[in-house]
Amino acid sequence: MWIIAARELRSLLSSPLAWSILAVMQLISSWNFAKVVELFLRPDIQSRLANEPNAPGITMMVVSSLFSWIGIILLLVMPLLTMRLISEERRNKTLPLLLSAPVSMTGIIMGKFLGLMSFLLIILGMLLLMPLSLLLGGHLDFGHLAAGLLGTILLLGALAAIGLYISTLTAHPTIAAISTFGVLLLLWMIDWTGYTEEQSGVLTYLSLMNHYQTLLEGIFSTEDVIYYLLFMALFLILSIHRLDSDRIQ
Amino acid sequence: MNSDTLVSVQNLSRYYGYFCAVNQISFEVKRGQILGFLGPNGAGKSTTMQMITGTLAPSTGQITVAGYDLLEQPLPAKLALGYLPEQPPIYREMLVIEYLRFCAHLHRIPAQAITSAVNRIIEQCGLTSVTQRLIGNLSKGYQQRVGIAQAIIHMPAVVILDEPTIGLDPIQIREIRELIQSLGTEHSVILSTHILQEVQAVCNHVQIINRGQLVLNDTISGLFAQMQTTHLQVGLRRPPPLRVLAQIPGVETVEGQDHDHFRIRHPTDNNPAEALVERAVAGNWGLYELIPEKRSLEQIFVDLTTEQQDINLSHSPKQDTLLSNSSEANFSEKVDIDQVAGLAADRLHQ
Repeated sequence: MWIIAARELRSLLSSPLAWSILAVMQLISSWNFAKVVELFLRPDIQSRLANEPNAPGITMMVVSSLFSWIGIILLLVMPLLTMRLISEERRNKTLPLLLSAPVSMTGIIMGKFLGLMSFLLIILGMLLLMPLSLLLGGHLDFGHLAAGLLGTILLLGALAAIGLYISTLTAHPTIAAISTFGVLLLLWMIDWTGYTEEQSGVLTYLSLMNHYQTLLEGIFSTEDVIYYLLFMALFLILSIHRLDSDRIQ
Repeated sequence: MNSDTLVSVQNLSRYYGYFCAVNQISFEVKRGQILGFLGPNGAGKSTTMQMITGTLAPSTGQITVAGYDLLEQPLPAKLALGYLPEQPPIYREMLVIEYLRFCAHLHRIPAQAITSAVNRIIEQCGLTSVTQRLIGNLSKGYQQRVGIAQAIIHMPAVVILDEPTIGLDPIQIREIRELIQSLGTEHSVILSTHILQEVQAVCNHVQIINRGQLVLNDTISGLFAQMQTTHLQVGLRRPPPLRVLAQIPGVETVEGQDHDHFRIRHPTDNNPAEALVERAVAGNWGLYELIPEKRSLEQIFVDLTTEQQDINLSHSPKQDTLLSNSSEANFSEKVDIDQVAGLAADRLHQ
């Protein structure tokens, strides 16, 4: 399992795609970060914050907005990362190597998933350097930061699990990417209908972003964490079954 | 089933929808056997191999590898397997050495033994000069060798190779055949191919599969026995009447082909050649040609696979001569190539 994960990470890092994603992520997020910090430091905002009794601190303002952005950008980028996971193995006919090796289906899927997750953690680690740089001139609410980080990791895990599942369905990375993109966008947009109609509570509950927001606000609720864990587990199990049924079809 | 039976396949069937690709196949492979798996395209060779390696689930039937049931205990069974699919399963973006290390890990070689295993396999498969190159940039032959290396890196008890010598040059083919033969001493090898000479050169067991069914399962010596002559081609300057020829002990039938050529059919266990020569000398028939017609492997293959599941060994004489001529031509050609390859190899070594 770990071997597959390590190979996955290595092959990701040897592709230009991963590096360009890393670069683009860094660029967009740092622009966003710089803008928010600038906003936070503007005299009129500062004076208004000073007058309010429950004013949001720098962690609330800067970090939450940064993570929220990261979530949205990664939602767009995730299909590109997940598309090749299984479908490329299928296309290059390398899947028999894994299937005939003494590794279980669970091992293959988990290896793929963990490999991708470690790459996503690298991205996050790079991005985390920006809020940490604020420590030079102030102090952060680490609890809040940790909640936001956890939320992001969980969100990414859920997105990656969906992408992985869709990648097991097809032999064409492009098809996998487009379908994943559609599904992720839909899961994001489900939320919007929830805002307009009060009774569509189920849809709001299903939305990926909705659960993310609460964690970004620094509220650690078991419900949200379990939501993401269930989400990941569901799609990983589906992927395992899908790969298994490949042999039977 | 004794402990030396490494692969045992029972009543194996596989359906793709309604299409039956493999139909009730049963066979066993013992330690030290090199089994050649022959069949025309679409006969079910690859499907059978995929099922034995666990990459495809059988519709019905049981497969046991090294004593472990493949469906009930897949991990120990797969640990004893090495598999080279039709297309080598290589990651194009990896270095050869990286890839081999990955495969070694994947096949549970203990960490301290990996370097030596990788070095050994690089040596064995002749990959020394390309270890630091990207697999995607290698030629087809080298990619194929990397694929073979991957299949045998963990010294599995059962090695399954799906057309291993495809895309290789004659020297490489020789080396790979030698490699397979050396593997066959301790392990069992199942080899699918449609190159008949390869079976003759490498294997000690032959199976022919056609339309999903086993039509032949024999040792190579048994097969050679089948290839024994049943016909003699005789040329006589001053031929006696046909009935005189027919009276020679061992002769079943005689056909006159033209004025001085005859074709004599005889049972496999009673060759009348000797008696014929004696009579020819005594009667001053002017014997100038005596050719035993050999059924080649190719011919047996054609017989078994074209005549629908019906092992009918008799066929029209004309077709027979034609086929044996062409196969003889093939045979001599093959010898030439091997000799050339040998010379070239010797020259390279000097």
